[in-house]
Amino acid sequence: MIPAPAFLTNPERFMAFSRWAAPMFGAIAVILGLAGLWLGWSAPPDYQQSWTVRILFIHIPTAWLSEFAYACLASASLLSLVWRQLLADAAAQAAAPLGAGFTLLTLATGSLWGRPEWGTWWVWDARLTSELILFLIYLGYMALRASMDDEIKGARAAAILGLVGALILPIIHYSVYWWNTLHQGASVFRSGGSALAPVFFWPVILMVLAYTSAFGSLWLVRIRGEVWRRRADAAALRAARA
Amino acid sequence: MIRSLELRGVALSRGGRLLFKGLSLSLGAGEACALTGANGSGKTSLLRAVAGLAAIEAGEVGFGGVDPADARAGGLHLAGHQDGLKPARTAREELEFWSVWSGGDAASAAGAAEALELRPLLDLEVRRLSAGQRRRLALARLLAAPRPLWLLDEPLSPLDAAWRERFGAMMQTHLAGGGLILAAVHDPLPIAARTLEIVGPEMGA
Amino acid sequence: MSRFSTLLARETALAWGRGGGPMVSVGFYAGVATLLPLAIGPEPARLAAIAPGAAWVALALASLLSLDRLFERDYEDGALDHLTLSPVPLELTCAAKCFGQWLATGAPLALAAPVAAIALGAPLSLTPLILACALIGGLAFAFTGGIGAALSLGARRGGLLTAVIVLPLFTPPVIFGGGVLSAFLSGLPWTAGFVLLCAYALAFVALGPLFMAAACRNALS
Repeated sequence: MIPAPAFLTNPERFMAFSRWAAPMFGAIAVILGLAGLWLGWSAPPDYQQSWTVRILFIHIPTAWLSEFAYACLASASLLSLVWRQLLADAAAQAAAPLGAGFTLLTLATGSLWGRPEWGTWWVWDARLTSELILFLIYLGYMALRASMDDEIKGARAAAILGLVGALILPIIHYSVYWWNTLHQGASVFRSGGSALAPVFFWPVILMVLAYTSAFGSLWLVRIRGEVWRRRADAAALRAARA
Repeated sequence: MIRSLELRGVALSRGGRLLFKGLSLSLGAGEACALTGANGSGKTSLLRAVAGLAAIEAGEVGFGGVDPADARAGGLHLAGHQDGLKPARTAREELEFWSVWSGGDAASAAGAAEALELRPLLDLEVRRLSAGQRRRLALARLLAAPRPLWLLDEPLSPLDAAWRERFGAMMQTHLAGGGLILAAVHDPLPIAARTLEIVGPEMGA
Repeated sequence: MSRFSTLLARETALAWGRGGGPMVSVGFYAGVATLLPLAIGPEPARLAAIAPGAAWVALALASLLSLDRLFERDYEDGALDHLTLSPVPLELTCAAKCFGQWLATGAPLALAAPVAAIALGAPLSLTPLILACALIGGLAFAFTGGIGAALSLGARRGGLLTAVIVLPLFTPPVIFGGGVLSAFLSGLPWTAGFVLLCAYALAFVALGPLFMAAACRNALS
């Protein structure tokens, strides 16, 4: 049996690290976000999309984070299954609502963008559809956690589901793209989009970094909250029996 | 073949609560031990831990040098409150299935049914059996496929006095053949057995 | 091996009786296939266009029925405890349960699928293909469904939870199967989709039991 890495076994170290790391990531997110917004607002309208292009400054970062958050969730699930450490499980649990939130934002901004661009609120486009299924996977994960009476068993069941999701997501992605090419004839919309003009490149990059940093900050805060909650639970249990 | 069972410094917890710690026991061939303790003290959890169904918090469970995986795959029987018998299937179907599943066959199942006087009941569906009859069917599995270690959880509770005595004789025979019995009980066992009381971590410390 | 075959026989018999078994699944399937024209309208041209897809989706939904009882009964009545105390690995036991579920409900549903598709207006020539797709897809539904059923052991409202967990896992087979049928009807090559459907089913026949066994061990502990 491989011993658990030190960063997992010692919540104190994590608490000490996250105490300053969480606000730091938050500050970085604000600075980068402001810079990205300023660059984005000063960019000219796109020759095809006009001002609607600005939605992409939110849409692209949230789309990236919806998948990045799942990668975090799955990695934490794997760690918690292998070493059964509280911290890894708290990390997986904390990532789920964030990922679901970013996925929902992606769907909402995609829909807002689609209205002027495609003339409709929703298109069964491959990317939108696999995003929607990703949202369903997040929902299933959170529902499983929420409906388990035994917290320890619930954590392990959720970790197993997290890994199943990591296995199935690429398959779903692939199958949805396959489906989209198959039904191309019926679709009036072009798949994909024009490549982003270079003038939009930097604002998008800045926004992606800002959002990722914000995610990091929120994630750490949520893990801290989860650690505190479990400590409070344990203390309440001890008090009840004393 | 299991010849002994050793528990060394076993600690168990359930739902984040420590049930007991530092529990040790050594059981040799032909020996029986009755586990006593208050409700919720962890008797059932200990039996499930020996059967490999629940993880132990600390300590060791040994089967006298037999690999635990092998011991659990073919060396022990667990008989608890939940007998796993399907109400809609006939007693014969259930007994024969569990007999084959635990390493016996249809003939040994018939022998076990004979010993527990289940013959007239075999064609009935399990849901039509009384609680005592149903328990006898569950206990028949112990005889249908011989395995050395019996883990019994309140084995006698639905049985009447006559059947308690007769099951005591069956336990005696099992022990005489080199078997081992670990039983969680409220009432004393009908056979000579050591007693191990499970106490909580506060009292035991 | 005799252990495995008796287990398979028992699981098939239990699945046959569980929650009404194939009668309920096929009845549900027929019900959904009846509701569709009522909602969409009876024009044959319109129905024929959606017939294979509708028959396929209804099949996926019908496969969900009685899935939540796949492990739950055995978990509650203690049979799962006894099933672990055997030289047969729990992974193989889980596979036998899913396979029994497929024999008892997947196969009857597959027989009903061509009937439903034809009643909705699909051509007769679709029959062999939809039967084959339904048989293989049913295998994928049973083995992915088993993962959801095992994971929701010990949960409140297990049935609904199983469906929420399992539906995303159903999307690839729904896509591949639906794609095969519509490609066949439009005279396009359909073998690629069929191969993908088989590959998905095989992958989950192989991998699903690993996840199910892990979930069962966790629920029992």
